[in-house]
Amino acid sequence: MTEDESPPKDLPPEADQISDPDSDPGYFQLRLYVAGQTVKSLAAMANLKRICEDHLAGHYEIIVIDLLKNPKLASGDQILAIPTLVRRLPAPLKRIIGDLSNTERVLVGLDIRAKDVGPKDKDL
Amino acid sequence: MSPDATILCTLPKAPTGIVGLDDITLGGLPAGRPTLFCGAAGCGKTLFAMTFLVNGITQFDEPGVFMSFEERAADLTANFASLGYDLDGLVAAGKLAIDHVRVERGEIEETGEYDLEGLFVRLGYAVDTIGAKRVVLDTIESLFSGFTDPSILRAELRRLFGWIKDRGLTAVITGERGDGQLTRQGLEEYVSDCVIVLDNRVQDQITTRRLRVVKYRGSAHGTNEYPFLIDGQGISVLPVTSSGLMRPVSNEIIPSGIFGLDSMMRTGGFYRGSSILLSGVAGTGKTTIGSHFVDAACARGERCMFFVLEEGADEICRNARSVGLDLKQWVERGLLRFEASRPSLYGLEMHLARMHRDLDAFKPDMVVVDPISAFRGPPTEVHATLLRMLDLLKSRGITTLFTSLRTETTEGEGTDHGLSSLMDVWIKLVDIEANGERNRILYLVKSRGMSHSNQVREYRVTDSGVELIEAYIGPEGVLTGTARLSQEAREKAAAKRRLEEVERRRREIGRRRDALERQIEELRANLEVEEEEARKLLAEEEGHEATLAVDRAVFAARRGAAE
Repeated sequence: MTEDESPPKDLPPEADQISDPDSDPGYFQLRLYVAGQTVKSLAAMANLKRICEDHLAGHYEIIVIDLLKNPKLASGDQILAIPTLVRRLPAPLKRIIGDLSNTERVLVGLDIRAKDVGPKDKDL
Repeated sequence: MSPDATILCTLPKAPTGIVGLDDITLGGLPAGRPTLFCGAAGCGKTLFAMTFLVNGITQFDEPGVFMSFEERAADLTANFASLGYDLDGLVAAGKLAIDHVRVERGEIEETGEYDLEGLFVRLGYAVDTIGAKRVVLDTIESLFSGFTDPSILRAELRRLFGWIKDRGLTAVITGERGDGQLTRQGLEEYVSDCVIVLDNRVQDQITTRRLRVVKYRGSAHGTNEYPFLIDGQGISVLPVTSSGLMRPVSNEIIPSGIFGLDSMMRTGGFYRGSSILLSGVAGTGKTTIGSHFVDAACARGERCMFFVLEEGADEICRNARSVGLDLKQWVERGLLRFEASRPSLYGLEMHLARMHRDLDAFKPDMVVVDPISAFRGPPTEVHATLLRMLDLLKSRGITTLFTSLRTETTEGEGTDHGLSSLMDVWIKLVDIEANGERNRILYLVKSRGMSHSNQVREYRVTDSGVELIEAYIGPEGVLTGTARLSQEAREKAAAKRRLEEVERRRREIGRRRDALERQIEELRANLEVEEEEARKLLAEEEGHEATLAVDRAVFAARRGAAE
């Protein structure tokens, strides 16, 4: 985290319409690591696409990396579990593992929805 | 790999190159299979693992992958540089791959089903890149802190170890010791081919590291707990098993370097490879005699090691110089090596372990341990340690001199940790206090396999070394020191007196003979005079007779004419 400007955590995705990654603090750069076309990988890809379209339309970029083709890249992002979704931007780096079937947790993991939202919802 | 190895021959093994460990495991770790090293923190698990890899690369040309779940590659490199391992160089040479796997739960959100294929990919990639034969996973249990679902992890670990076996990789997996089981997460359940437990025990404030092979499928192995050593030269494990009594003996005789001592034995010295116990109270010159032995051996061109437990090497050299022995020259020529350490610095096992390593490295012909009485501890343990030390030295045919301090309480036929019966030669140094002085005498209590003097010798430590003098044994008893000297002086005076008496008598006889001879001369002269006179008388008598006869004839003629 930088001192002067901490990255926005609860920035609503629709707040800014500019989709330039350099100037858009709400721009999401995501990498999805998979290993071959397994059931889990395919499910993760589908789930990610759906979530991004629903919550980050126009403000995201997904790169899918198949480690069977590029095993070298596994250590760079400290990949152990497959599939792993890495949020490169905005900082800080976040890792989400699993097939992303639990949408709620994916949103929390990507800081799209704050962790403490859940209990508040219940209170309401 | 293993299916073919069902022939009588043992399991294929991957030597670790760690001194001693390969002996205990009869060749090394099971090749193509995973081995678990477990122990509490600070036991040296990572060191064992890295040594296994580095030795594999440098000694057996087997590249290796180090997958670290704890330390970063840079830290590993820095830590192992102290042991002289150039990890960066090995990495650059394409022989070693280090992959740091960082597991931080805080960064990971679990959102559904997953597996650890990423780990497989990384390991597989590293292995393929350098053609690795050996793999280390240190410490894979860290994964359990990173993932919430242990059941997935367990399934994946099982798959991982299966995969390692399928690939024919010899793997070392480390694990933290857990409560009630060998590792926290029960890794031994998955890695069941070979399990080695490391231990770090503190007893009486002295730490001893130990290693035990808990199991080794398909192979015999040493079952004891073996002490091991971590120092600047890496690890050495010491299979100090008490060997049997079958060992080659030598008939070669080597002199002690102390002239009078050698002549106490009919052979003129000790057998090579024998063990000599030199016991005496403080100040009897044990170390000095030991220095003599060393000096003599070095002068013959033999290699010597001096294990000193109470003094420093320089002190020994300086003190030896005062009796005319120059030990420093042998150190400089590489024939003599001192190993000085306080007995309390390590446990007994560790002393033995270090000695084992030093013997292997220096290969001496003679060893002096000064003194064994410095080893303190429970008597049974001390005895067992010394027994193994003796075995260790004897099995290598090393001539050994042990010195032992006898205290007043163990006076008499002191037990010397019960070792005296195991020794081939026992020289006892005794301090005799009499006439206001202390004198040193020496007995050869025993000397196996040779006839030897049963008599006491007095010895003196002089500027030119230790000298043995035959003690005075006579009607006055055994005398030493000035008592011996004054007795000797008295005897010398008496002898002189006797000599003078003889001379005087001889002169007396001469005189008497002269006198008698003179008398004989006189008598003889008298006799001659008398004889002369007698002869004269006789001649006169004869002349007279003749005259008479003539006269008678004349008379007769005259008478006849007239008639």
